[in-house]
Amino acid sequence: MDKLQIHQGVAVPLIRENIDTDAIIPSREMKRVSKLGLGEGLFAGWRYTLPGGREPNPEFALNKPEYANCSIILAGANFGCGSSREHAVWALKEFGIRIIIAPGFGSIFYNNCIRNGVLPLVLAERDINALANSTCQDPQQNQLTVDLLQKVVVDPGGLRYSFDIDDAQRRMLLEGLDAIALTLKLADKIADFQQARQGSHPWLFLS
Amino acid sequence: MALTLFEKLWQQHLVCELEGGASLIYIDRVFLHERTGSIALKSLQADNRQVINPQQVFCTMDHIVDTFPGRTDKTLMPSGEDFIKATREASIDAGINLIDLNDPRQGIVHVISPEQGIVQPGATLVCPDSHTCSQGALGALAWGIGSSEAEHAMATQTLRVAKPKTMRIRFEGQLNPGVFAKDMILHLIGKYSAAGGAGYAIEFAGTAVQALDIEARLTLCNMAVEFSAFTGLIAPDEKTIEYLQGRPFAPSGEHWQKAVAHWQTLFSDKQAIFDKDIRVDCCDILPTVTWGTSPQHTCNVNGVIPNAEQGQDDNQINAMQQALEYMGLRPGIAIDSLPIDCAFIGSCTNSRLSDLRIAATVLAGRKVAAGVKAICVPGSTQVKKAAEQEGLDKIFIQAGFEWRESGCSMCFNAGGESFGFQQRVVSTTNRNFESRQGPQTRSHLASPATVAASAIAGRIADPREFL
Ligand code: SF4
Repeated sequence: MDKLQIHQGVAVPLIRENIDTDAIIPSREMKRVSKLGLGEGLFAGWRYTLPGGREPNPEFALNKPEYANCSIILAGANFGCGSSREHAVWALKEFGIRIIIAPGFGSIFYNNCIRNGVLPLVLAERDINALANSTCQDPQQNQLTVDLLQKVVVDPGGLRYSFDIDDAQRRMLLEGLDAIALTLKLADKIADFQQARQGSHPWLFLS
Repeated sequence: MALTLFEKLWQQHLVCELEGGASLIYIDRVFLHERTGSIALKSLQADNRQVINPQQVFCTMDHIVDTFPGRTDKTLMPSGEDFIKATREASIDAGINLIDLNDPRQGIVHVISPEQGIVQPGATLVCPDSHTCSQGALGALAWGIGSSEAEHAMATQTLRVAKPKTMRIRFEGQLNPGVFAKDMILHLIGKYSAAGGAGYAIEFAGTAVQALDIEARLTLCNMAVEFSAFTGLIAPDEKTIEYLQGRPFAPSGEHWQKAVAHWQTLFSDKQAIFDKDIRVDCCDILPTVTWGTSPQHTCNVNGVIPNAEQGQDDNQINAMQQALEYMGLRPGIAIDSLPIDCAFIGSCTNSRLSDLRIAATVLAGRKVAAGVKAICVPGSTQVKKAAEQEGLDKIFIQAGFEWRESGCSMCFNAGGESFGFQQRVVSTTNRNFESRQGPQTRSHLASPATVAASAIAGRIADPREFL
């Protein structure tokens, strides 16, 4: 998985609460049994003028030239709530988004981000509004820097906003670790646990 | 030390603590479906990884299967057939328990898992589906995950999880007439917001929860995720034990007694402390309907559409304005004056036998209003058969409902069948998100009784007038 350490990029504001994963990637855009080819369907319901169509809606932020090549989303509370579809993160990533800054996230979505090298970053609503203000004039020039090593977001004027993240998750992102490979190193422990559980809860083990 | 039920389940599954604060949690059961499970299985295969305990993994076909009578692998969704075939193939290759399209046990994952006794009190169960929290109704620790985590669970029989905080929600008192589990959960989310449970594992308790039967408890826990909770949970009791006895995957013989003895230890200790404790008085709950595009946008069935200015901050006001616009509504109008185009009874929230019975009580001897498209999709093939044995199908059909094969159907729009552009649907499902039931469709969530009453009235209607 790609590492994420220090990232600088164009930030796009999508500040609205409860943006759900159906909005991020409508189910009808999940066309193949694959993690690929989803970027095109990202926010399809808002991004295009017609359902299933591909004519860009000029009103939608992601279609505005000033946000071209954006890689950071500034979002409202509870971003990524709803359906567990990991396609939402695959679509965001394929589109080029590496960081989402919101006051809070849907918990399944949050974990899906970590698994895919996307940073779900929690800041207070007023800080996010301030970041949006500091970047909205010429967003291509006024980019944000996110430093996961120091756990800080730096706005174009040099103002720093620290954030918190669970250490294990931070390490996963910093080093691009594969969670399954890490856990398989504990296979002996897991086998012991399973054996004990089979003794104490035999009815749960099917043959 | 006094422990909450959640803490007991957590401790019983804790393999070890991991660096950085997460815990390695043992997983007893994994459930997959053809929409997200196929990708997980294929991706495991591509990485040359094994499903280590295939006998503990189940897979059903529910999300994009056709629900018209006489169905085959073909669906209205372009490429739907590919998902079904890929899932079937990958399931057979991996040697997991496949409940295929024409299996008499087929149905929506969260309906058939309890029905078959696959989920059990005290077990951990995960599924790449957000409504897995439904299954906490039986006293299991069950939660929704993504596809990558499903791969992790199958390859290691564990998950790395950050421990959530605990919340208890006590519903006290008696439910008013015409009020059901669906109204309880909509009321709760309306009052405490769609993010009210974020970061918490929630135990539903109190006299009103104890009084619910298992099917209604499944409805209650189903929408814990709409409250943003990690999961919902109800302590198992005599009803749970009775419900499970004799189910195909439930313990039997000498195991039954042992299992029951264990289940009887699964409750929150009297002195246990929750990080948050909420009390809801059931006398305050009336039949509840959503007006907007978030499950927190609720009002009483006799209420009026709110003004966006009532929002608590700019973002909320903004979201409410957008919701009003999307739903084609103006503040101040009575919600029970809204004409509807469609009525839908189905989904893992409200498609069990007791849901269909209540709806049938409303529908018996009546007709769906002219011009309203009404559909009933039983939650499982077994529910459908049981309903037919009682003659419920005839009541639905005579009233003017379509009677379908089981599946998720139009709970969500997979790109095939859909309620049309800007059609107003009153629905027993769990999500009223923009375009959830089809491009630009306007969904109002409600109980089966309210949906049936609305279908008859041709507008959103108070079920109490029909019960
Ligand atoms: S019925 Fe709806 S909410 Fe339930 S599992 Fe199916 S698609 Fe998801």
